Amino acid sequence: MARKVFDQELEQLHADIGALGARVEGIMGDTIHALESHDIEMARVIFEQDPEINMAQNKIEQLCINLIALQQPIASDLRLIAATLKMVTDVERIADQCADISEIMATYPEFTKFPTPPRILTMFKIAREMFAGAIDAFLRRDVDQARAIQARDDEVDTMFSQTILEMSNLLRDDPNLISQATDSMFIAKYIERMADHATNISEWAIYTVTGEHKSMTNKLLGRRRPLM
Amino acid sequence: MQTVTKTAAKDKNEARLELGEVAFDIRNLDLYYGNFHALKNINVKIPARQVTAFIGPSGCGKSTLLRCFNRMNDLIEDVRITGEIHMAGREIHGSDVDVVRLRTEVGMVFQHPNPFPMSIYDNVAYGLRCQGVKNRQTLDAVVENSLKKAALWDEAKDILDRNALKLSGGQQQRLCIARAIALEPQVILMDEPTSALDPIATMKIEELMNDLKKDYTIVIVTHSMQQAARISDRTAFFLLGEVIEFDDTVTMFNKPSDARTESYITGRFG
Repeated sequence: MARKVFDQELEQLHADIGALGARVEGIMGDTIHALESHDIEMARVIFEQDPEINMAQNKIEQLCINLIALQQPIASDLRLIAATLKMVTDVERIADQCADISEIMATYPEFTKFPTPPRILTMFKIAREMFAGAIDAFLRRDVDQARAIQARDDEVDTMFSQTILEMSNLLRDDPNLISQATDSMFIAKYIERMADHATNISEWAIYTVTGEHKSMTNKLLGRRRPLM
Repeated sequence: MQTVTKTAAKDKNEARLELGEVAFDIRNLDLYYGNFHALKNINVKIPARQVTAFIGPSGCGKSTLLRCFNRMNDLIEDVRITGEIHMAGREIHGSDVDVVRLRTEVGMVFQHPNPFPMSIYDNVAYGLRCQGVKNRQTLDAVVENSLKKAALWDEAKDILDRNALKLSGGQQQRLCIARAIALEPQVILMDEPTSALDPIATMKIEELMNDLKKDYTIVIVTHSMQQAARISDRTAFFLLGEVIEFDDTVTMFNKPSDARTESYITGRFG
């Protein structure tokens, strides 16, 4: 019966992270669908969900702060709570970026006159898989899975650079497409950031198990940065 | 000060006190040990069926206030109390209050486990036997139920005849809680109940408090702020005989409203 209350609250935290992760994964799926089918109504629904995601994030943060204040977590418990406080921001930012993409679709109808570039959709699907895998690795404390997700970030970065190049060429060939090209570049950037956030989550998943965290500084020093 | 009158056993037909939302309503309470002003104008409502923790530096009045709730201070010479403590609609210093009955309703567990030098069974049955209960089946049921509630049954059920002094410190403390529970109290007062125990035994007592609060009001004095944070619903911070702050434990340990509370719980004085 050791520390039953504390353990129950950690279980609640686990459940809350799982629920928020599933919700944001669903939003990513809806955003992909909206981009694919140019579904403006769905884009509006996605945009309107953002306050609920912020509330769920606040609830998790408050639970973490209360656990630190009242339960004096140490060792693996402290790592889990500290990592949760960090990763929940990444989760919320992904939902923000889905809302930003939806806002572009809802606000600039020009964008929907042309099909979304297939590479953007492919990038988004990879970012979504990375996010789902990172949440799963975090909840199951699976270091191997978390490391595999990090490896996929380079895939998205490469596709992002290709998209920027492709849109630049499009603009050069037909300056009238400036609106579609810049919207596509912004969307590609948002998706590239989503993959970064998924990578961050997987890094915190590794930290909860090993206590070691690969800082972003070291990561950027060790590889070529994407454009923009 | 009213003279303590020993009365006959609790009338079995007398209805158990029913606490509302508030177990103790303390109004303008002052307590003096001779010329020493130990409690200064205390006004606090202790919620029923919750754990309330008293924290503060040594000598600040935590245990003194705790001992007011079952009038243990009556036993100390030269004590003078003014003000009121209401429990279930009655002022506990009133002339109509039976102090023995009050101490049955408000049980107490001390810093050092103090089982009687007799068997585990007899320890738990002691209070009921004092009340004249002799029926073995009744006693058996109360002993089993009390030990279960005190999370000691599994360890003690096969050794009920063993001398209680042979139990470990943590087991002895749980036995003392079982002994208090056997009298069906409304409130259990705990004065530093784990300060003589190791961390594992401490954890068991803390878990026990969480289970017991469904049925009982628990008031605990503790020197461990961390313990107060872990186990209590409400916390009172005492300093030099005053209650400086009394609030939800979550609020007290996240954002106390008084700078002195902040200094104490962050370890900057005391």
